[in-house]
Amino acid sequence: MIRLENVSKVYARGARPALDDVSLEVERGEFVFLVGASGSGKSTFLRLVLREERATSGNVYVAGRNLQTLSNWKVPTLRRQIGAVFQDFRLLPTKTVFENVAFALQVIGKPRHHIMTTVPETLDMVGLAGKEKRRPHELSGGEQQRVAIARAFVNRPSILLCDEPTGNLDPTTSLGIMRLLDRINRTGTTVVMATHDDEIVDQMRKRVIELSTGELVRDQSRGVYGSAR
Amino acid sequence: MRFQFILSEIGIGLRRNLSMTVSVILVTFVSLTFVGAAVLTQMQISKLKGEWYDKVEISVFLCPQGSTKPTCAAGEATGEQIDAIEGLLAQPDVASEIQSVDFETKDEAWVLFSQDYSDRWWFDALTVDDMSASFRIKLTDPEQYQVINDVLNGRPGVEEVRDQRQVFEPLFLVLNRATLLSVGLAGVMLLAAVLLITTTIRLSALSRKRETGIMRLVGASNFFIQLPFMLEGAIAATVGALLSMGGLWLGVKVLIEDWLGQSVQWIPYITTSDVWIIAPILVGVAFLLAAISSIVTLSRYTKV
Repeated sequence: MIRLENVSKVYARGARPALDDVSLEVERGEFVFLVGASGSGKSTFLRLVLREERATSGNVYVAGRNLQTLSNWKVPTLRRQIGAVFQDFRLLPTKTVFENVAFALQVIGKPRHHIMTTVPETLDMVGLAGKEKRRPHELSGGEQQRVAIARAFVNRPSILLCDEPTGNLDPTTSLGIMRLLDRINRTGTTVVMATHDDEIVDQMRKRVIELSTGELVRDQSRGVYGSAR
Repeated sequence: MRFQFILSEIGIGLRRNLSMTVSVILVTFVSLTFVGAAVLTQMQISKLKGEWYDKVEISVFLCPQGSTKPTCAAGEATGEQIDAIEGLLAQPDVASEIQSVDFETKDEAWVLFSQDYSDRWWFDALTVDDMSASFRIKLTDPEQYQVINDVLNGRPGVEEVRDQRQVFEPLFLVLNRATLLSVGLAGVMLLAAVLLITTTIRLSALSRKRETGIMRLVGASNFFIQLPFMLEGAIAATVGALLSMGGLWLGVKVLIEDWLGQSVQWIPYITTSDVWIIAPILVGVAFLLAAISSIVTLSRYTKV
């Protein structure tokens, strides 16, 4: 589903590479934790997969496409197969929960009847049934993140990228979010989650990929957060 | 859904930057009014030329009694002198330029003169002998005034050769200068409009950075992301164009049809229907304005 071949990314000429000769593969339907200190290259990895950045060298394959050679106008099609969730939720404050989720479908031109059936379904799935008319500021952090996940998942992407989705949440709420991501994963969606949250990683026992100053230092199935402990 | 959605996005954008939108409308309004005024002035000029150049004559005034001109030293033009002038006009190379010649006697001139000026205080001081007899010559090409002037000027019995066109030239000069002024001002205002639309679109794009960020993230096409911004500029500019049409229509109606047209009736004027003729030009300019500004601005936001 996602394959990196000797990928390096250098942002500024002469600077230390954000990713240094990384090769890895994520299979369809996998759940992968991406761990490492700040500045280790986790975000760069996610940005490469979303094609927000192009690798300086090496090849990035996502859903069968080589992103190095993918032309700009095909990028939207790629992104329709990828959902993305962030630490800061990135919801639209003026829109209701329903509108926030529907927005993702409206802007890619989905017909009204499709939106009217899919959005409630998805909201139901993330556990927000009955809160369609609330606005983001009327929700708790955990609920806001659920809205963000609903928006990322409403178009049924094959890949879900999460950049520290529990970074702003307390442990109990985080656990709820993880259960939700796990459920989404069980529908066959590949989930890649960058995180600092060792408790969660240790608890879930999924594949762990660790980056350190841009290099891949560990790739362990059913791994834990800290490697040498 | 798509259409409705884009419309609502445009509405939100226009309302969010209301003061900017209004300023775009006003600037396009003023600039296009100048553009329209320039075009209408030129239309007025060509209308005048079309109407007048057909009627323009060369007047050859013959010596009246007591003229101080050297060619009139012999006193009032005699029958012989008049015959000589007629002979000159009948020469083949001169006659070929001439469409028609009319001779106006002193008495005929007096009749016309008294019709126009009998109510003036100085009228009583004049008599029929103060009038000049004259030839009224119509040319096939009004520009060929010089040919007649060369042949007749300085002949005995000819007091003055006058080209009526010279009466109108200052008017055309004024109108042409007015056109230049309008075009100049229009240019400056159009530049201001472009800059303003650019700034508006940029502001609008900045204030909706969150939205466009999400749109990009979920895979909306560039076109879909940019369309609301482009239409925002286009709508504001078009409203400006419509306002300028209204302004020009009102201007022509009040200033020309109802005022000049009533007080100075012998001139053919442009009418409000001429405003409708230039309307598509104005809307076109407005659209072009918005399109250029959008493309320039949005190319910076096209990064996927």
